[in-house]
Amino acid sequence: MIRMAIFGFGTVGKGVAEVLLKKERLLKNLIGDFKVVAIADSKSSLYGDFDLREAIEYKIKHGRLPRDERARDLFDIESFDLLIEATPTNVFDGEPGLGYIREALKRGINVVTSNKGPLVVAFKELNDLAEKKGVHLGYEATVGGAMPVIKLVKKDLAGNQIIKILGILNGTCNYILSRMESEKIGYDQIILEAQQLGIAEADPSYDVEGIDAAAKLVIIANSLLGLDAKFEDVRITGIKNITPEAFDVALKKGYTIRLIAEADEDGKLEVAPRLVKLTNPLAVYGTLNALLIKADLAKELFVIGRGAGKYETASAIISDIIDIYAR
Amino acid sequence: MIVTLVVELEDKPGQLLRVIEPISQLGGNIISIVHDRNKITPLNRVPVEFTLDIAPKRLEELIERLKQNGIYIRSYNEIRLSASTSLLLIGHIIHTDLSDTINRIDSTGFAEVVEISINMPNLNKPSTAIITISAKSERHLKEAIKILKDICKDKKILVIEPLNDDLI
Repeated sequence: MIRMAIFGFGTVGKGVAEVLLKKERLLKNLIGDFKVVAIADSKSSLYGDFDLREAIEYKIKHGRLPRDERARDLFDIESFDLLIEATPTNVFDGEPGLGYIREALKRGINVVTSNKGPLVVAFKELNDLAEKKGVHLGYEATVGGAMPVIKLVKKDLAGNQIIKILGILNGTCNYILSRMESEKIGYDQIILEAQQLGIAEADPSYDVEGIDAAAKLVIIANSLLGLDAKFEDVRITGIKNITPEAFDVALKKGYTIRLIAEADEDGKLEVAPRLVKLTNPLAVYGTLNALLIKADLAKELFVIGRGAGKYETASAIISDIIDIYAR
Repeated sequence: MIVTLVVELEDKPGQLLRVIEPISQLGGNIISIVHDRNKITPLNRVPVEFTLDIAPKRLEELIERLKQNGIYIRSYNEIRLSASTSLLLIGHIIHTDLSDTINRIDSTGFAEVVEISINMPNLNKPSTAIITISAKSERHLKEAIKILKDICKDKKILVIEPLNDDLI
């Protein structure tokens, strides 16, 4: 039996728990028997023999879990084989996720994470550690949400050399820009609208300044282009200065504007607004993400999908779990 | 050097050969031939546009030979600028001396601003321009873009570059 722990019980953590319940039969067919034996959020926890559905309900009702032990304590209190790490992202120090992932890998525990921070800060260290300990580190959910990227390249494009990867990695920015394109309304108004729709955070700077896209680009560059890239290596320009008029002018030459993250084998790392031909498949609308992968054998390959959301992110986490344990 | 040559040929067999032969004898390499029967002239001649790579010294001789062969030459000129791209600028483009920005590209000698289209929504608000730069080669074009970006960095103008993968 696979004993699982979920660290971080916000939108993503709860979403994964719901999917584990909803798809229990399918999953047991694919990976065998499993059970969630520990859950932790930022201030509380639950472990031992408990009902996962009740745990979700408790968290929704009380905003916390019943026990006072913290995530870090659970490594000694409970034994588990898989850590599902879904704590909030901090791309500058990677914490608290970095500490949890490091501890899990050291103890020979498989890790699946949706948290960009630890991978941006310590990609090589964590992957080396996982290899040394003979355990898996799955991070499909850190890049592009439900849109397949990491396993697509590593498995389905196996044998290819990746020349360049570029595209849209932030749904919030894409929403703002594509809305500006079609409605010709200003940045401030769209931000308000996006916040009301839950597409943009109360403090949208992480998205609109290009930080989120840059973090994902660092993970892509390290895992798929074999670079040793750091967050500071990315040249970042955000979208705050884009005006509705800019779309009118760009259209004269058949262009629209999108926030594009680009990494290539020569080490180019850039997040910036770019002119994109309206006929280019990357000119997607709404909160979609889209990537162009250029490989030596497969040549150009496009993926388009949902880059965020509760079940979209859970989709990527579940696929990593199945990838590790599929019988 | 790359040259475009437009001739008018009579609409009968063997005419194309009378142009191609001297080009080949003079060591020219034909890059393309555009033969547009829809644009037939009142004198019933068909305009044909050649793009060829030929040594500068040989071009005069080629023109001379074609004339001797009785070919009507409409025009010929060197394609000086073969690489081109458009970039979008957002910011105080006029207030930061637009002509200075353009001059600094034009004065390189290898690149020129060939087209510019500006939108000014309001006084004191940022304006937008799409600017097309042509250069002698891809390498020169990259150099010109770099110069433009440096100028715009100083002038606090946002430069939006196109993707290089729009060929798809």
